[in-house]
Amino acid sequence: MPEENEKQKSLAMVVMSGDMDKLFGAFIIANGAAAMGMEVTMFFTFWGLRAIKKNVSTGKTLFGKMLGMMYGGDISKANPSKFSFGGLGRWMFNKMMGNHNVAKLSELRDMAVQLGVNMYGCQMSMDVMEIPQEAFIDGVKEPVGVGFFLMKAQDADITLFI
Amino acid sequence: MPGAAREEGIAMSEEIKVDLELDLKGLLCPLPMVKVSQNIGNVPVGGVIRAVATDPGSMADIPAWAKSTGNEVLSAEKQGNEFVFLVKRVK
Repeated sequence: MPEENEKQKSLAMVVMSGDMDKLFGAFIIANGAAAMGMEVTMFFTFWGLRAIKKNVSTGKTLFGKMLGMMYGGDISKANPSKFSFGGLGRWMFNKMMGNHNVAKLSELRDMAVQLGVNMYGCQMSMDVMEIPQEAFIDGVKEPVGVGFFLMKAQDADITLFI
Repeated sequence: MPGAAREEGIAMSEEIKVDLELDLKGLLCPLPMVKVSQNIGNVPVGGVIRAVATDPGSMADIPAWAKSTGNEVLSAEKQGNEFVFLVKRVK
C-alpha cells in the first residue's frame, strides 16, 4: 500500500496519431491512469492535434486551408488505421462499439479533461498546420514544445508514444 | 473451493455496512474503474462502496486500482453474470 507521503506517480504520453483506434488506446489509458491517481500529461502533435480540436475550420495560407479542409472537423472524424474505406470503417466501428456499450471517443476525451488530465498542443505542429489554440476545446492548456514534454517524461513513471 | 468462498463472501457482504451502492452494469473498460475512483470520495474514510459490474475485466482492474491508490477491496466475487465488489476507502 502506498505511503501517505509517497510521490504521485505520473504518465507522459505523446499522441502523434489521429487514428480512431490509437486514440481510443490513448484516452482509455489516460482515463485509467487519472482514475488511479496519476498525474497525466498528453502531448498532442501532428495528426494527433485534431483529437483536441473543436469542429471549426482552420488555416491561414492556401496550404493551411487545404489541410484544414482535408483533415478538418474534430475527433469524431477519426478513421480507424485499418478498414477505413472512406468513412465506412469509422461508421462500422462506431456501430460495433455502440452495440457493446463502449464510450464514444469524444466522451472519453471529455472525461479525461474532467479527471484532470493535462493536455497540450505541440506549438511547432500547430504553427505548421496553422491550427491556433482557439481551435482547441476548453481544458487544453497553452501550447508547449518538446522541452516541456521531455521534462515531464523524464520525471514520469510511464512514458508512451502513440 | 469456489462454493465455500462464495458462501463466505455472501456472509461478509451481510456483515459489512455499505455506504454507497454503485451500479456499473453494462459499462466497459475503463469506466467501472473510473466510476469507483470518482465515487470513493463520496464515502468517509473507512466507508465501503458496493459496486456491481458486468465487465469481466473489472475483476482485474478494480483490485489493481485499489492497490495503486491505497484503498482496499474487501471482496470481489462473481455472482452469475455480475461481479460484485466491496471497496473500502482507506485514506
